[in-house]
Amino acid sequence: MIEALGFEFFRNALIAGFLASIACGVIGSFVVVKRMAALAGGISHAAFGGIGLGYFLGIDPLAGAAAVALGTSAATAWIRMKAHQHLDTLVGAVWATGMAAGILFIYITPGFAPDLFSYLFGNILLVPRETLLVMAILTAGICGIVAILYPRLVAVTFDEEYASVMDLHPDRIMVILLLLTGLTVVMLIQIVGIILVIALLTLPAATARLFSHSMKELIVGASLLGIVFTTTGIWLSYAFDIPSGATIVIVSACVYFGALPLQSRIMSRRESA
Amino acid sequence: MSTKTPVIEVEHVNLGQNGHLVLEDISLTINEHEFHAIIGPNGGGKTTLLKVILGLIRPDSGTVRVMGGTPHEMRVHLGYVPQFRTFDFQFPISVQEMVISGRLGHLTSPFRRFSQEDTDAATEAMETMQITHLKDRPIHDISGGERQRAIIARALAGKPSVLLLDEPTVYVDSPTAVRFYDILSQLRETMTIVLVTHDISALSPDVTNISCVNCRLFTHHDNQITDDMIAGAYPCPVELIAHGVPHRVVPDHDNRVFGGRK
Repeated sequence: MIEALGFEFFRNALIAGFLASIACGVIGSFVVVKRMAALAGGISHAAFGGIGLGYFLGIDPLAGAAAVALGTSAATAWIRMKAHQHLDTLVGAVWATGMAAGILFIYITPGFAPDLFSYLFGNILLVPRETLLVMAILTAGICGIVAILYPRLVAVTFDEEYASVMDLHPDRIMVILLLLTGLTVVMLIQIVGIILVIALLTLPAATARLFSHSMKELIVGASLLGIVFTTTGIWLSYAFDIPSGATIVIVSACVYFGALPLQSRIMSRRESA
Repeated sequence: MSTKTPVIEVEHVNLGQNGHLVLEDISLTINEHEFHAIIGPNGGGKTTLLKVILGLIRPDSGTVRVMGGTPHEMRVHLGYVPQFRTFDFQFPISVQEMVISGRLGHLTSPFRRFSQEDTDAATEAMETMQITHLKDRPIHDISGGERQRAIIARALAGKPSVLLLDEPTVYVDSPTAVRFYDILSQLRETMTIVLVTHDISALSPDVTNISCVNCRLFTHHDNQITDDMIAGAYPCPVELIAHGVPHRVVPDHDNRVFGGRK
């Protein structure tokens, strides 16, 4: 197994998994505590429209995905600000529209869409070196912005109304958080694909949350778990020659469901202590 | 206290929501050092009035002034204790972190960090609310009464001149509520207190003024609930039973009040 480390594609995959796990740990923690998992799913599926648009215009499909993901994030933040109700319906509509638009764009584009399958389900073993550099910059940017805004992000996600009373402009903070979510989603498309993004964004954070007492613990825990999940998934995928994205998600889900009963036991022990 | 300084002035405020008039021609002045209770039936617009004062909801017409300025300008002087049920207590945050977050309104730029002054204010607020021993505990791990005190401590950390509380005793048991009112009477010495509640039996004898809101406002510049206030504010006949009601609140001569809209 160790001989796999001799291949550049394998080392790249591990590095990509590492970077994506950190971005996921940071952003996923806020997504989970703010209960925005469906929203993140909506953004990632809308991004499929961008992939189709990329094929149609003859540009890099990931650039199209990034544009649409960020546009959707900003639009969602705006709608959230104007109309507080029916956000779930809206998310469903965006979700389906993005997928439908992507399919239509790909259909009317002449020729064959070569990497379509890896955009849908990801293929971390195909991440090129240049992409790693972009991922590293994005991850550093996401971590930097969250570090600067940390106390405000926590205050807004915990109690938006009180953040208003303190004049923290929660609307603006939420726009930033949703844009960062959009960026993270685009990064994850490489790793697990559009359909499974929501799993990598939420499962490490949801698992870490079972044992975390503060947002800091949650962020660190979710990032570490993400690294363990992606690394394990990549090894299994290589060893058994199975799809990497799906393997990473199944590993994450197994740990999450396995941890659920453990959590209630730990919590009840603490209460009796 | 010979000269009264108004801290909150609400003038002719009207507000409609979803086609219904929620607040109709509300005028209310709250002076410095008052312990002002706003009572009224559920759905009568008490919480909405509080949010109008806080500047969270803009009225359709009328003006609101807080310490001479707009609510927006003067927010830093307001401490707010929202309804208990609006909180997500599963949120991973410690008591200390939650309380110090009440200082964020005092930070002048998004790049500023908490200073020693902020930490001291949070520590003092936790001491006042007697939750210092819980400071490192996550909020999902403490009792309902302790959570309620943490929410108030967060408001106190901002060193407000006016403390506005929305139904603060709904989820606490009676002994806790009694202790809670002891703390409030202690706080009265340094700040104006506005308390919203639907539970008249929960009123502290320290209350100096009572207003009754049910779309319109019925007020008495006194700490007594009178016949006409009840009749005006509660649409159906209400029976006040003196038992359990602090005696200063209900007029001596009239333990039982029947009211109804004529």
